[in-house]
Amino acid sequence: MCAKKVTQKPGDVPTTGHVWDGIEEYDNPMPRWWLWTLYACIVWAIGYTIAYPAWPMISRATPGLLGASTRADVAKEIASFDEANSAIKARLVEADLAAIPNDPELSSFAQNAGAAVFRTNCVQCHGSGANGFAGKGYPSLIDDDWLWGGDMEAIHTTITHGIRNTTDPDARYSAMPRFGADELLDRDQIAQVVEHVLQLSGQPFDAALATQGEVVFAENCVACHGEAAQGDPTQGAPNLSDAIWLYGGSREAITQTVTYARFGVMPNWNTRLTEDEIRAVALYVHSRGGGE
Amino acid sequence: MTLPDSDTPQSLYAAREPIFPRRVYGKFRTLKWWLMAFTLGIYYITPWLRWDRGPNLPDQAVLVDMAGRRFFFFMIEIWPHEFYFVAGLLIMAGLGLFLFTSAAGRVWCGYACPQTVWTDLFILVERWIEGDRNARLRLHRQAWTGEKIRKRGVKWLVWLLIAVATGGAWVFYFTDAPTLAANLMIGQAHFMAYITIAILTATTFFFGGFAREQICIYACPWPRIQAAMMDEDTLTIGYRDWRGEPRGKLHKGAIAEGQGDCIDCMACVNVCPMGIDIRDGQQLACITCGLCIDACNDTMDKIGRPRDLIGYLALTDETAERAGKTPKSVWKHVLRLRTILYTVLWAGVGIALIVALFLRPQIDVSVTPLRNPTFVTLSDGSIRNSYDLRLRNTHGEDRYFHISLTSDEVLRIALEGTDELRVLVPANQTLEQRVHVIAPNGSEAATEDRTQLRLWIEDLLGNERVSKDTIFNGKDD
Repeated sequence: MCAKKVTQKPGDVPTTGHVWDGIEEYDNPMPRWWLWTLYACIVWAIGYTIAYPAWPMISRATPGLLGASTRADVAKEIASFDEANSAIKARLVEADLAAIPNDPELSSFAQNAGAAVFRTNCVQCHGSGANGFAGKGYPSLIDDDWLWGGDMEAIHTTITHGIRNTTDPDARYSAMPRFGADELLDRDQIAQVVEHVLQLSGQPFDAALATQGEVVFAENCVACHGEAAQGDPTQGAPNLSDAIWLYGGSREAITQTVTYARFGVMPNWNTRLTEDEIRAVALYVHSRGGGE
Repeated sequence: MTLPDSDTPQSLYAAREPIFPRRVYGKFRTLKWWLMAFTLGIYYITPWLRWDRGPNLPDQAVLVDMAGRRFFFFMIEIWPHEFYFVAGLLIMAGLGLFLFTSAAGRVWCGYACPQTVWTDLFILVERWIEGDRNARLRLHRQAWTGEKIRKRGVKWLVWLLIAVATGGAWVFYFTDAPTLAANLMIGQAHFMAYITIAILTATTFFFGGFAREQICIYACPWPRIQAAMMDEDTLTIGYRDWRGEPRGKLHKGAIAEGQGDCIDCMACVNVCPMGIDIRDGQQLACITCGLCIDACNDTMDKIGRPRDLIGYLALTDETAERAGKTPKSVWKHVLRLRTILYTVLWAGVGIALIVALFLRPQIDVSVTPLRNPTFVTLSDGSIRNSYDLRLRNTHGEDRYFHISLTSDEVLRIALEGTDELRVLVPANQTLEQRVHVIAPNGSEAATEDRTQLRLWIEDLLGNERVSKDTIFNGKDD
């Protein structure tokens, strides 16, 4: 609703020469403040590239006069967090292991720190869900079955020294004889004892072979696995009567185990993690649902 | 805006033409004064209102508690997970703007926009200190004498005080106002409070004192968007050129033969805070504040001509009046399908929000089934699923939450870290609790792919309970 007819008069703002449906485009000058803002931004941008890392060179970018470095910032931030956490870390190291879950502040810190340690160091074997890989020899840490004990003290020791490694003399150690490969038992005896183990763990079994296997079991296996095959966490002998099988519970897998034995290893973490980190990750593992 | 001569090369930039709006009296000016007092009053007073919420909770009526992640609005308390209320309010604000714009054009711009209100306030201060339009024009052209330095200095000082008060009031919405006010005075307030006040002071001072109409014309996207919401029935401010033209000066106190009602007194131009001539027609820079209507009516009264040579006018009115017909009444412009539709939408969102507000549970729970792994085999062959429960206690006191489950299948529940089936959630906090559900070896749930189950969370003190449905995953081999 333009009341005044727009006509081009001498002295008017020139047009760009573009016409659409009779509508012409004015070539209006920009507001001065706007232009100043643009120039100020250009000056700022040049100053910025001098003050901060900007121009890409052959091996790295120009460092900038202010010496700004995001990498150094992160290092500083990490150092400041370490500094801020040093008191509670000291408390964690001194605390009685079994009492940590009862201290909400300590427990909360250890849970979060432990989760970070776990994500970095443990998931490669035990999986990000801590459920291990059944049948592949990587134990689940969240079930209620523990080879070497599932209380805080036992988990802490296992993480600290590891299992069957050659780098820590205090590593947990046990070795099952290679009954087949070393010809301690013949093929028939192995077949019999496997049927007996299947019977013990509540799986379908051959009754005749299992009865014979009972004798083989009593002579060769009870020393470590116990009379009722309930295992012995003090020497890392697994429970053979439950539903959890580190290397598989099928007839073939058990035969393989009895013939060649298994020799799972875990590194000792005392050389890679600090005591507070070990305690934190022990608490984290303990609280995933399987802790005793 | 003056245009450069054709013989001088055009400059790359255009300097801002200073605007010196003249004082005006009339109904729109009065309305604007009241609205200014009202809106500024809301802005400055709101943080100081108190509202008793009992112990452990702030007693500020309107508070955006960033640290506690809570928004308090009188009896309403909004937690982060209820942020959709804020989204709803923003949608209502948007629809409200659509409604007002389609009915009466840029009324928001002309009467309620902070840029308009604060500019109006700054111009008022300017007039008090430097005088009305003519005095200000004189002062503007004058050399920097002692008088000019004094007047400008006082004006800028008062502007600065208003700007500081504006920035200062803003931070009070984010923390306890009396405490912060005391801390600000003794220099003990948070660093961010001072930074925020400094930034808002600078922007208020600059936008209200110097940038003014430049913000509306160049910086604000709203004038561009508004064009899409206006139609031929939308009221805008228009000049009745068929009545006013050809314009001409009064001769011997009378309008000459053959002339229109416009006596070219420039009153409408002189009062305009945007520095435009409304007689050129409706234009982008016009914020429809109505001050030119007041100015023109004053002139029309003086020369004894009918009022409303400039007035609120829709395109259909203009067409009708040119054809000599009676234009539609204001109500017919305001109440039509489009505006009614906007009103219905606006009210619909509002009602939905109110209903949601009253129906929201006091206990808030979320259940996250752990999917890594989906299930764990226990040594007795039973299957265990785990769920992370986030239990939110919105009460001002510690509460025990009891957790149980119902399902068609045999399932047992256990809480991580405790033998009990209840947990203590501290006041105003969220607690994460891992819950294990176990299906016995060989049972339906243990062997079925998926089993439905319902978790019940009961607030033992408040006698309130909520349920969450979730899934139990069996051993799917």
